[in-house]
Amino acid sequence: MTDNRFVNKSELIGILLLAALLVVILPLFLDVFRLNLVAKYLTYAFVALGLVICWGYGGILSLGQGVFFGLGGYCMAMFLKLEASSVENTKIQSTPGIPDFMDWNQITALPMFWKPFHSLTFTVIAIVLVPGLFALIIGAAMFKRRVGGTYFAIITQAVAAILTILIVGQQGYTGGINGMTDLRTLKGWDIRPDHAKIVLYFFEVGCLFVCIFIAQFIRHSKLGRILVAMRDKEDRVRFSGYSVANFKIFAFCVSAVFAAIGGAMFALNVGFMSPSFVGIVPSIEMVIYTAVGGRLSILGAIYGTLLVNFAKTSLSESFPELWLFGLGGLFIAVVLAFPNGLAGIWGDYIAPQIARLFNSGNSKPGGWAGKPVADSTPAE
Amino acid sequence: MSEDEAKGLQSAFRRKLLMGMAALPAIGLLPRPSLADVPTSVVNTTGLAVTDTEVTVGILHSATGTMAISETGSIESEKLAIEQINAAGGVLGRKIKFIQEDGASDWPTFAEKAKKLLVNDKVAAIMGCWTSASRKAVLPVVEQYNGMLYYPTFYEGLEQSKNVIYTGQEATQQILAGLNWVNKEKGAKSFFFIGSDYIWPRTSNKIARKHVENVLKGKVVGEEYYPLGNTQFNSVINKIKLTKPDVIFTDVVGGSNVAFYKQLKAAGIDLSKQTLLTISVTEDEIDGIGGENIAGAYACMKYFQSLDNPNNKAFVAAFKKMWGEKTVIGDVTQAAYLGPWLWKLTVEKAGSFDVDKVAAASPGVEFKGAPEGYVRIHENHHLWSKTRVGRAKLDGQFELVYETADLVEPDPFPKGYQ
Repeated sequence: MTDNRFVNKSELIGILLLAALLVVILPLFLDVFRLNLVAKYLTYAFVALGLVICWGYGGILSLGQGVFFGLGGYCMAMFLKLEASSVENTKIQSTPGIPDFMDWNQITALPMFWKPFHSLTFTVIAIVLVPGLFALIIGAAMFKRRVGGTYFAIITQAVAAILTILIVGQQGYTGGINGMTDLRTLKGWDIRPDHAKIVLYFFEVGCLFVCIFIAQFIRHSKLGRILVAMRDKEDRVRFSGYSVANFKIFAFCVSAVFAAIGGAMFALNVGFMSPSFVGIVPSIEMVIYTAVGGRLSILGAIYGTLLVNFAKTSLSESFPELWLFGLGGLFIAVVLAFPNGLAGIWGDYIAPQIARLFNSGNSKPGGWAGKPVADSTPAE
Repeated sequence: MSEDEAKGLQSAFRRKLLMGMAALPAIGLLPRPSLADVPTSVVNTTGLAVTDTEVTVGILHSATGTMAISETGSIESEKLAIEQINAAGGVLGRKIKFIQEDGASDWPTFAEKAKKLLVNDKVAAIMGCWTSASRKAVLPVVEQYNGMLYYPTFYEGLEQSKNVIYTGQEATQQILAGLNWVNKEKGAKSFFFIGSDYIWPRTSNKIARKHVENVLKGKVVGEEYYPLGNTQFNSVINKIKLTKPDVIFTDVVGGSNVAFYKQLKAAGIDLSKQTLLTISVTEDEIDGIGGENIAGAYACMKYFQSLDNPNNKAFVAAFKKMWGEKTVIGDVTQAAYLGPWLWKLTVEKAGSFDVDKVAAASPGVEFKGAPEGYVRIHENHHLWSKTRVGRAKLDGQFELVYETADLVEPDPFPKGYQ
């Protein structure tokens, strides 16, 4: 591949199609409630996008992305919660002006680490930096020691479990198992009414596309090639003189920051944050979204996230008692039959058909799930 | 009453009871005009899902996930109540249709589904939620979209909303009378608190501690919390053995209970000698714990399946007929049963399905057909109800040993206990 632009023609078409779907079609055909659900699903798409970089290209399977999703979400939620806990709103408490759960836990003054979250600027920086630094520390500790593969996956799971226990245990400071609820305004702007939900949706879609372009850029840069090379034959890359650990740390940090942005979007769109997004189960669910969509495809992961969550909502609405079985069956079917997920189905079956239909003789089939040589299934 | 006798009585009376059931709650009503004649445009001015023949309500509990085991009873009793109300002519002449949604033991899912019920389905009321966390997630939704939630679980208090009717007991209603009783009856002065680590046990124990220290002049010799789902209680059991409290006071929830009572028994603490008062074990939990592991313990509730009154006998019989002989009915299941009935009575008092009118008409609504006995809605949207103490028996049922003479006033923001 000599193409060094960060997006080639077929990918551009794919991105435009996704943009049309998210910006035009869904807002036109869905009511605000459903659109808000799409906004919630898309928060997971950020995580899936990060996993494509880190797992699909870098070959680093992280089963702890919920940690970063949670950190980002909690940073945002802390800001919103502080704003919702004005003295006026909380006058029935024994200590007005602090979040309600602190009052229930006999805390009488705002803890130190909460105070900077009065500032939106600080919050936005924290959303990116806190998870980024945390990933840097974990990554450095693991990859510098050449811990990888299954061991790394297990350690990330352990981190997810630890953080959940910490949040649940320190309920006076974090809201415990209830999480932070009743988030109301952002700088005085009510985030709950319908028109706000629409604005937030478009804001989120905008952020998602920024992240997609960053991911595209990484993928097509030399860095992306090294990641893929590393995934397929780590030793060869190391012997060529590259510092494998640093590249792995970088990929892991990027995925952490993406997940954190998703978490912050979640707090904004759903008005809620709780430890149930931090633990092992949600972290694995996020990996499943990526697997269903296709871990090698940036856009595939986003479609996968949308599809799985849509199936989750509609199955649970239609069959409140049986839906989990249906969902489980779907996962097993997709992963068994199509190891490269939806993107694999597209790339192997649908795209060639379309290409044949429009056979102009010069374009290689690919579409949004195009599988350039470098992206072929990893050896492991 | 032995099981055989119970069965005999049940089959003999079943038909009569079931027929009587439907009529019972109506006793408290004023003579009704023919309600079906009221035009929908009058009783529904806010666009709820009400037609000339039907009204839609939502049922929102966890049918899957870790909480399903607890919430299933609530779903069952709500469906039973709706069926009975429909058999008795419905609400304002309209049959109740329900839409069931699964909260999946996941709090944001609860919020999402509550919003779906209110915004898409325009339900007139939601019977739902179980854990405090799910209620806290749903509360902003029902307040924002002006819904009506009937919440069945005993809970920590510190909350009151126009849009919620709390059919379970708040903390002071559940705890204080029980503590007074062990103090008087057993001369208890020293208490050891053990709870799961979240808001309900912590708040309940805070109230219990203030009561023990300030009112009963006793002392709390230990207070320990364990994460939800914890199964290792050996260290706390050793501390209990060392401190020898008069009463072990527990609010351990869910599956942890099974481990706790088994380990307590294995450690040689005999509940027929050591007084144990729990506020978190109902007939449902004993199903998992096993009667032999907990027999002798006292539970502080407002309802036991064994309550001896005609309302309850009819309720238990109808419940078992609908859901099977083996089912047991715990405190929350009964409170969930009250939800649809209280809503029906309130709607008919208000003469309207409109949420604002239902909320305004709620205070003072009485339900004489409640299995726990007469209940009434307080101005603060909680129920006046009795506190009862029962002693667990080998067969998993409770034997009533004490009940308050009068209804206890709900006090979600107790002065002097915060």
